[in-house]
Amino acid sequence: MDENIYVHKKVKSLVFQVLSPKMIKDMASAKIVTPELYDKEGYPVDGGLMDIRLGVIDPGLKCKTCGSKLKECVGHFGYIELARPIIHLNFVGVIQLLLNSTCRECSRILVPQNEIDKHKQEVESMEKISSGGSIRRKAIREMLSGLKSVSKCPHCKAKQGKITLEKPTTFLESEKRISPVEIRTRLEKIPDDDVQLFGISPKAFRPEWAVLTILAIPPVTMRPSITLESGERSEDDLTHKMGDIVRINQRLFENINAGAPEIIIEDLWDLLQYHITTFFDNDVAQLPPARHRSGQPLKTISERIKSKEGRIRHNLAGKRTNFSARTVISPDPNIQISEVGVPLSMAMKLTVPEKVTAWNMAYLKKFLETGPEKYPGANYIVRPDGKKKKITDETKEASLEELQPGYAVERHLMNGDVAIFNRQPSLHRMSMMCHRVKVLPGRTFRLNPAVCHPYNADFDGDEMNLHIPQTEEARAEAEILMEVQNQLISPRYGLSVIGCTQDALAGNYALSRDFKVSREEAIQLLASVGVSRLHAIGSKETVDGLQIFSAMLAPDFNFTGKSRSGEPFIVKNGKVTEGKIDKSIIGEESGLLLREYHRRYGGKETIALIDRIYHLGINVLDKIGFSVSLYDIDLPADARSRIQQVLDKAYAQADEMITLFREGKLEVFPGRTAAETLELRILEILNKARNETGKVVNEFGIKNTDILSMVNSGARGNLLNLAQMAACVGQQAMRGKRIEKGYRNRTLPHFMMHDLRPAARGFIRDGFKGGLLPHEFFFIAITGRDSLMDTALRTPKSGYLYRRLANAMQDLKVEYDMTVRDASKKIIQFKYGEDSIDVSKSEYGKLNVSRMVEK
Amino acid sequence: MSSEDGDVEEQLPKSVVDEVKDELPKNASEKHVREVLQRVHQEYLKTLVEPGEAVGLVSAESIGEPGTQMTLNTFHYAGVAEMNVTLGLPRIMEILDGKREIATPMMEIYLKSPYNKGKDIRKVAQSFKEIKLKDVAAEFLITPDLNIDIVFDAENMKNLGITPAGVLKGMKVGKGITVREKSDGLSIKPKNKEGGLNEVYQLKEKLKDMYIKGIKGITQVLPVKRENEFVVITAGSNLKEVLVHPDVDAERTASNDIFEIMEVLGIEAARQAIINEVFKVIDSQGLNVDVRHIMLVADTMCSTGAIKGITRYGVVSDKSSVLARASFETPIQHIIDASLVGERDHLTSVVENVMLNQPVPVGTGLPGLITKVKK
Repeated sequence: MDENIYVHKKVKSLVFQVLSPKMIKDMASAKIVTPELYDKEGYPVDGGLMDIRLGVIDPGLKCKTCGSKLKECVGHFGYIELARPIIHLNFVGVIQLLLNSTCRECSRILVPQNEIDKHKQEVESMEKISSGGSIRRKAIREMLSGLKSVSKCPHCKAKQGKITLEKPTTFLESEKRISPVEIRTRLEKIPDDDVQLFGISPKAFRPEWAVLTILAIPPVTMRPSITLESGERSEDDLTHKMGDIVRINQRLFENINAGAPEIIIEDLWDLLQYHITTFFDNDVAQLPPARHRSGQPLKTISERIKSKEGRIRHNLAGKRTNFSARTVISPDPNIQISEVGVPLSMAMKLTVPEKVTAWNMAYLKKFLETGPEKYPGANYIVRPDGKKKKITDETKEASLEELQPGYAVERHLMNGDVAIFNRQPSLHRMSMMCHRVKVLPGRTFRLNPAVCHPYNADFDGDEMNLHIPQTEEARAEAEILMEVQNQLISPRYGLSVIGCTQDALAGNYALSRDFKVSREEAIQLLASVGVSRLHAIGSKETVDGLQIFSAMLAPDFNFTGKSRSGEPFIVKNGKVTEGKIDKSIIGEESGLLLREYHRRYGGKETIALIDRIYHLGINVLDKIGFSVSLYDIDLPADARSRIQQVLDKAYAQADEMITLFREGKLEVFPGRTAAETLELRILEILNKARNETGKVVNEFGIKNTDILSMVNSGARGNLLNLAQMAACVGQQAMRGKRIEKGYRNRTLPHFMMHDLRPAARGFIRDGFKGGLLPHEFFFIAITGRDSLMDTALRTPKSGYLYRRLANAMQDLKVEYDMTVRDASKKIIQFKYGEDSIDVSKSEYGKLNVSRMVEK
Repeated sequence: MSSEDGDVEEQLPKSVVDEVKDELPKNASEKHVREVLQRVHQEYLKTLVEPGEAVGLVSAESIGEPGTQMTLNTFHYAGVAEMNVTLGLPRIMEILDGKREIATPMMEIYLKSPYNKGKDIRKVAQSFKEIKLKDVAAEFLITPDLNIDIVFDAENMKNLGITPAGVLKGMKVGKGITVREKSDGLSIKPKNKEGGLNEVYQLKEKLKDMYIKGIKGITQVLPVKRENEFVVITAGSNLKEVLVHPDVDAERTASNDIFEIMEVLGIEAARQAIINEVFKVIDSQGLNVDVRHIMLVADTMCSTGAIKGITRYGVVSDKSSVLARASFETPIQHIIDASLVGERDHLTSVVENVMLNQPVPVGTGLPGLITKVKK
């Protein structure tokens, strides 16, 4: 094979400095002198802003500076000479600091020599302890804090005036304006040694550079013009802004040369200052933003860099990739949990590059022969020099001839290929996992409903993204680090993120409750989930549910845990001896059995187990039938009357309280007003009453119904929901209080003013099944709207918190000596989490000591 | 335990060893103990973090992700027995922002025997509360000759357990102002009456908030029964004075004001307080986050010796990399500042390398391969 010589270069460090006027001139390839852009022929004017020495943006033209074509030439800077110096907006703060802290006559720093020496030592000793700008800045601030009161220069004894800044760019000394020329001469005179005292490096930044005499013109490649359909050219915002600058600058030159009156020159000078200021930042508080003719503000340099849509966050810190796809997702329980269903049409567009070797030639040629139109074919071949060649019916033959080791074939996506699957918002690492491709007909991505939870996906129109890694390294990393089975245990709490939900839970729960079937039926069930270890169900004619469940477990599996109800759940030698199968055994985010299974047999086996349990649950429900009806929440007459009694009593108690309160006889809690006390007492009474109704519901009604097994298994709902349906919805609360807003002194027009009784303040006495009264319905609507707002307000807030956390901590990592350090190798923790335990390898954040003691 | 298993024991974290000791039967033989420790050690090695693991990001994810599920503006309101406390997302933000002024400062004061069994509990609790002049006064009057007369509220005074003499003793007035005791109150003569009614009025308003008795800053007290002892919960916090109070069990008494804890008890205590407070909130929302993540956040905030918030002024401003700071917030300011100093970015953290399309120095981006080049 031909020997490729790879040169790997790495950027080791970046230095930030300010461009000096000399530097700007040296690096510039053109001096810009005219605001005109194109001549009559539409050709860029020499010395204009679109000068072809600044780079090419038209296809066909060649750059006059470097001779390369479009896309090859990165562009070159130009410059303009300013007629008068202009203050650079971003350095205004530094200028003010420097002017205020140096002598107006001799430009020395307003600190006596002895203190300078002392301070130098201090900063040096501090820098030894920790480097970094912030400490330095603090020390400097300290030194300069005393300067405000200095009125006489300690070096030349000249009297000092205070310099104030009239935003954005005008400096005043004792109410009189100092011209930028004057500012520049003062800054020039500050000696390098004194500049250093401000924490400024004179090599990187000489103070006078903050006052511009020369302005760098960015290359045209960063401000390309667009040709509209009408053939008209539309220039970039930056070009517009620079046109203004050059125009005013030329006028200023002419006026100065012609000896125009001072006022006209001043006016033009200010105008030039405005244009240059807005060229750097068009969002300055004190200035009106420069606008297009349409009135829309121009997007100048600062706006290009800043904020979420700016260069840094949008283009530099956020990358895009090829070989990706996005579409709607839909469920398919019949594919593996670690698979993803990819539509055929996508599989023919997404490709995997395979290097041609002597051994896979024949295999890869087959794809070439099929071509791009049929599946599985290939779309491109890649020559060793990196040139891509499309495969079409015409080029097919030639490509086949050409193919030899060293080439690569970009073949269609096939079953078993590695893909990275993702759903936004990508809040944790399980939001991006690696799946195996399964090519399926249709137009949607298919995923096993069990992996919905880590992605937080549902099928109401959610879309997800898919990416096909293109290099061996990327594929290896995806497989080893990101595959679903390797992401099972959440690093957040050390339990499985994948487990059974909803009907799968209800089905398995049914298995563990008086479930008996004939041997034949049991075999049917097990066969339906692919279990062939049939001897595990014993040889008796009837088989119970736990036996069927046990048949899916490994024969040497042992486990002790607790069900939701607190009963023990015990597996001995692969047999469930007792217990209920419910959410805390096999559920997501809580399945302890799953966690133990993962520890013993690894991710792959656990995934297989979850898949089997999932199917078994559904098949059991299929078999026994599972339905919920209104009658499930019917209560017997005596239960209903009991509930009414409880509520009547509570109402009476509340009324009593209100009367006491009205008479001023209510015993007040310490530190509270009487009205507050009343609220608390009533809330307490009502809460108690509602809980009691719940108890009644549990005791009397809803026994042995499917709805109850739904609740008990943890599939859906809780006892409170049941009580709300069957008996009493209870108090609607807003911000921890009973509802009080609405009309004047009342919640709704159904009530009298100042009515404090439970019903008038959002207590809902009826159950959902019995039906609500109109005003009760309103109360629910009120709290419903409130919680909707809550969610809407919370999302951006928590998103920002997350961004801050991620930004602050992204470079913390565990070093080889097991300490946690940040990017500058500062120690944050000596041992990660004080015991160096990785949560995603722990069991619920712990080392399970008791198990090891028992063994 | 014998010296032989000392090795293994030393290599295990203390918390694990303690747990083993708890779990083992008292009469366990030495051999058995050694065996168990060996087993525990083996499992421990399997659970270790791998070097290079980006634990910071994992922690950020673990706290950020449940943030979306947290409710906004929940108040603790378990009936009568509790104070109003900010919980939920706002509280987490408050802690992680490193805010000095928190919305609801609060203390849990544990008492020494016999008070913790309920003796004089109301009285003890009351004694913590800050009493101001307006709490004992029924009326503030400005007399025609520009004196201020204060009429005591006898009933309130009795409730608060304070005598007129006590009021006089607790008052600290400025120079030149004379305070005289009257039959049912006080008469106060201002320094000079030249300022006229306006100045006297201002003095009167100031007098209303005059501190008399109790512990400053504690605005409400509430005795509560916790399991089998009485605890005083307060609104407002003043650790410094409460901890030295003779009836207080200083070891268990806690405040939720992290900055106060730092000032009184030091940075390590503050770190623990951050962990406790964040964990409390997450736990109360029924969410499941391992403490290690919260610890790491607390350690990042406290590693410099002062509490730094997770904001552009706090932790992020301490980063060594210019580009990392710029990619967070206010990029232009950061770049300008860096250019003044001629700062060098050594590209040691994650974002800079993402920007430059280079492998990031965490996880699999860390190791390199060295091979001999054939000559």
